[in-house]
Formats: sequence, structure tokens, C-alpha cells
Amino acid sequence: MKLKIENLSFSYNCIPVLDNVNLETSPASITALIGPNAAGKTTLLKCIAGILKPKGRVLLNGRAINNLKIEKISSYIGYLPQEGFSSAALRVFEAVLLGRVHSLSWRISDDNFALVSQVLEGLGIDDLASRYIGELSGGQQQMVSIAQALIRRPEVLLLDEPTNSLDLQHQLEVIDVIREVTRKRGITTLIAMHDLNLAARYADEFVVMNRGKVYISGTSESVMTSEMVRSVYGVNAAVYMDDEGVPQVTPKSSVRRKKGGDCYA
Amino acid sequence: MKMKVREVYEKIRRRKYLLLVFVAVACVSTLVVDISTGPAQLSVLKVFSTIFLPHKSDASTQVIIWVIRLPVSLMAIVVGASLSAAGAEMQTILDNPLASPYTLGIAAGAGFGAALALVLGVGLIPHAGTIFVPLNAFVFSFLTCILIFFLSKMKGFTMETMILTGIALLFLFNSLLALLQYLASEEELQAVMFWLFGSLMKTTWEKLGIAAFVLLVTVPILLKDAWKLTVLRLGDEKAKSLGINVERLRLKIFVLVSILAASAVCFVGTIGFIGLVGPHIARILVGEDQRFFLPMSALAGALLLSAASIGSKLIIPGAIFPIGIITSFIGVPFFLLLILFKRRNFW
Repeated sequence: MKLKIENLSFSYNCIPVLDNVNLETSPASITALIGPNAAGKTTLLKCIAGILKPKGRVLLNGRAINNLKIEKISSYIGYLPQEGFSSAALRVFEAVLLGRVHSLSWRISDDNFALVSQVLEGLGIDDLASRYIGELSGGQQQMVSIAQALIRRPEVLLLDEPTNSLDLQHQLEVIDVIREVTRKRGITTLIAMHDLNLAARYADEFVVMNRGKVYISGTSESVMTSEMVRSVYGVNAAVYMDDEGVPQVTPKSSVRRKKGGDCYA
Repeated sequence: MKMKVREVYEKIRRRKYLLLVFVAVACVSTLVVDISTGPAQLSVLKVFSTIFLPHKSDASTQVIIWVIRLPVSLMAIVVGASLSAAGAEMQTILDNPLASPYTLGIAAGAGFGAALALVLGVGLIPHAGTIFVPLNAFVFSFLTCILIFFLSKMKGFTMETMILTGIALLFLFNSLLALLQYLASEEELQAVMFWLFGSLMKTTWEKLGIAAFVLLVTVPILLKDAWKLTVLRLGDEKAKSLGINVERLRLKIFVLVSILAASAVCFVGTIGFIGLVGPHIARILVGEDQRFFLPMSALAGALLLSAASIGSKLIIPGAIFPIGIITSFIGVPFFLLLILFKRRNFW
């Protein structure tokens, strides 16, 4: 499903956080949403997910969805917030089942059980089914969150820094799973990320945000430049292509730091 | 060989049902013991023959069983269940293990309302007759909920605002109560203190009927939202991402729980602890799938208060201790044991 954002603006207590954002993403592709802290990435994802009510339009295959009820929006859009799992006394299969909260009745149907099994097996975490979520590692909890989002079979997947606080191996595993699911199911995936090199390796498209606006968007080659890193992140960096032709960013210094000094301008 | 999700679920579900049945049977057992215990030394046989064949018993035994013991023992079950169910949902919607009708100032509001009636003879509802004091307690405890509601509304029903408002009101009503106690005569002070200790002894069939009616109406309504309430324990952001209108759900449950807690507290006074501990016991036993958690919380609360009711009659033979004092005596060691020896931390 094609996701299109038109003239999206949002303010928190009269402080503008998003200012006339426009972007378009394609099905079966991963779009990385990158930018420094407070660039508006999380707010943009929440606006698309229907959690915040912005000005402007969110269109799915040309149909505006942002005025629909959150229950309806959640049937199209799977959103994974940054917030991890609480230590609720719930087992993994129960937590995943909750992804289908609107179709659950007192007696859990065979269909819902089949979907839980399918999604847990698909993500390779079926052996965790009876474990309590509070007992899992950060990486395992993230996989359960992804399972919870996928069980609804969303057309659009929004992920807010899904690899935060994960070690390198888990980061790669989580992103690999997301890429596989995106391709297989033809989902439109939008991921807010901080790791530019990870984003460059996995994303098909890039949207760079800065101060609530889209600074630049396009492919990794057109977006990942030392000039972009300097302007948006305030960091002097070397950008080079690795053996596979993927841009890699090596940060050198902050532009705020005085040359040879130890204090900030 | 790996177990399928359905098999895992069925195994866990069976265990949860068994636990529910076990606690329910324990409740019935404590109820039987409670009815059979009291200053008048009646045998169990005599008690039961009076219940099932009242015309074969003498008038005084009939009065002891039908007017005093039965309503009091049943009230322990109903109030225990109400306070614990209310505490369970307060902990759920506020995502806080300390939330209970007591910690949110609802009991303090009731205490002030009762004291106002006992000391100054001021009642908010005119011509209330014999239920003048409980009605005042209900009005003030519900007023506390309304204040929490409107003050929290200004900040969009966030958990933090609701908890902080509740705690602020708890201190306010405690200060007002202290002021009334300062102004009260010796007899009035005694009446206020007795009310504040919490007691089931003033139970009548009418009061029991009202408390039971509220419990039987609110719990099924709460259970209708069982899945949504379970989702709420994943956190606000996650619940919203799953399409739950968190503010609306929190508001609806808060109103129901306020009525439930107020209707229990107003008849029996300040019985703390049950609303806090009952849900924690239920959480340890059946987890937080609300289809099991809510009934188990109600049963655990009923069991605790029923046991406390028995305890209140056994401490000094021939006398009945205020139950509010006994609840903590029985509940605290039990709760501490649970905390020290439980295998998992759910908060």
C-alpha cells in the first residue's frame, strides 16, 4: 500500500514540532527516517499512526485515513513505539495475542491461535511462547513487539528506533526480520533510526528530518553526504562507499566544538 | 517436542480455572466458619439448621443468625470483593502497584463525610434516615472521585495527574477529618474513631443488598473490557498503537471503580489494605489476563476480609474487634511472605 503524507503540521502546546511535512513511500520497501534528536521523527510516526491529530493529510492508496477512529487506523497501520514492554504478568503468546485485541472475545478462536503460532514461528521465537515478557532480554522483547504488530497483518509498519538498546547481533537480526517481512508481505515500512550506517545498509529510501521539516529525501547515495551530516547533525564526517557500494559514515568531530579547545561554542 | 501455542494456553487456562475454583471454595469455607463463629456459642449444626430450617429454631438464635451473623459474614465477602476488584482496576488504569481506594483518597473522603455526619450532623442528602452516615460517606467518597476526574481532565487523564490529585485529596480530607476530631465532643469522637476503624457490625440486609447489587452490576461491565484492560498494562503508547482509546477507557473504568469502591467503603468504614493486597495476590496466582485477574482479585479480597472477620471474633473471646484493625494484622504478614518468596517481579 502506498503511503503519502501531505502538508502535515503538528504543534505541542503551540510549539511547532512538524512543519508542512510531505513524503511518499512505496510498498515492499523500507524507508529510513533519520535526523537528530527533536527533529520530529517520533511525532511524525505518531501522527501517521493516528495517536496524534495533526493538520494535513495521511493517505493510504490515495484515501485519507487520519480522520478515522484510532481502532480503524490500527487495522491498517502497525506502530511500534520506543516504549518497551512493561513487566506485566503476561506470557509471550498472550502479549502477541493482544495485537488482535479488537477481534478477541471471551473464548479465543482457533484462527487467532493459528495466527499467533504462525507469527511466532515466522520470527523464530515460538520457543518463547510460554515465557513471561518481563523475563525476556531486550532483543527478545523487541521481537515480541514486532510479532504483536505483525499479527494484525498491517499494510504499513511504523517502527520507532527498534534497534535502540540492542547489541550488534540483535540489531542485525531485528532489521533482517523487518526487511524479510517487508519484502514478503509487500508492506510499506517506515523506520526512525539513529544509526546511519545500519540505515544505509537496510533502507531503500531515506527521509532526513531536521527541526520538524524534511531536509532531504531520496536514495542512500543522494542523501548520505558529508554535507548533510554536517548541516543536520552538526558533525564533521567522512562518507565513503564500502565494497558493496553502500555509503558508510565515519564521524570525525562536532562542529560545535572549537578547534583545539575543550569547551563548546 | 515443542508444544503448540494452543496446548500451552489450554494447560495454563486449566490451571487458572482450578485456582479460581480453589479460592472460591476457600471463600465459601471461611464464610461458613465466619457464620459459625461469634460471642454466642452456637454449634455448627445449630447454625445451619437455623439457616435452612429457621422455623425450628428459637427466636434468639434466629435473630443472632439472620439479623447479625449472616448479613455481616456476607458483607465481608461483598466488601472484600468490591475493594479488591476496585483496587485491581485502579492499579491497571493507573499502571501503579500502590493504587487502591485507600491510597487515592476515596476512603479518606468517605471518612470525612461520615465524620461530618457524626460530629456536625451535616448531611448532603436530606431525609436520609438511618443511612444518613453511610450516604454522607458515599457522597464524599464519590465527590473525591469527581474531583480527581475533573482535575485530571485538565491534563488529559494522565496516570500521573490522577495519582497526584488522589494523594493530594487524601491529605486534604485527612486534615479536614483531624479538624473535625479536634472539634468533636468525647462521644462524637468515639463514634468517628469507631467508624474509621472499619466495622461490619452495622450491616443490615438493605446495606448488604445495595453493596452486592453494585458489585454484581459493575464487575460484568468491567469484564466486558477485559481484553482492552489487559492491553493497558502494556503501557499507554503500546495500547494506543493497538488502537485503544486510552483516555476514554481510563475514564470509563475510573467512574465504574469509583462507584464500586464508594459503595463498599460507605457502609463499613475505612478498611485499608484489601484493595492493595487482593490484586497483588491475584497477579501472582493467575497473571494479568483480566478475564482471570479481575475475578481472582475479587475472590482474594473476599477471602482476606472473610478471614479477617473470623479473626476479629477470635482475638478476645466474647468480643468483636473492629475489622479494619484485624485486616492489616492478618494481611501484612501474608503479603510480606508473598513478596519475599514470589518467584517473579511483575512491577
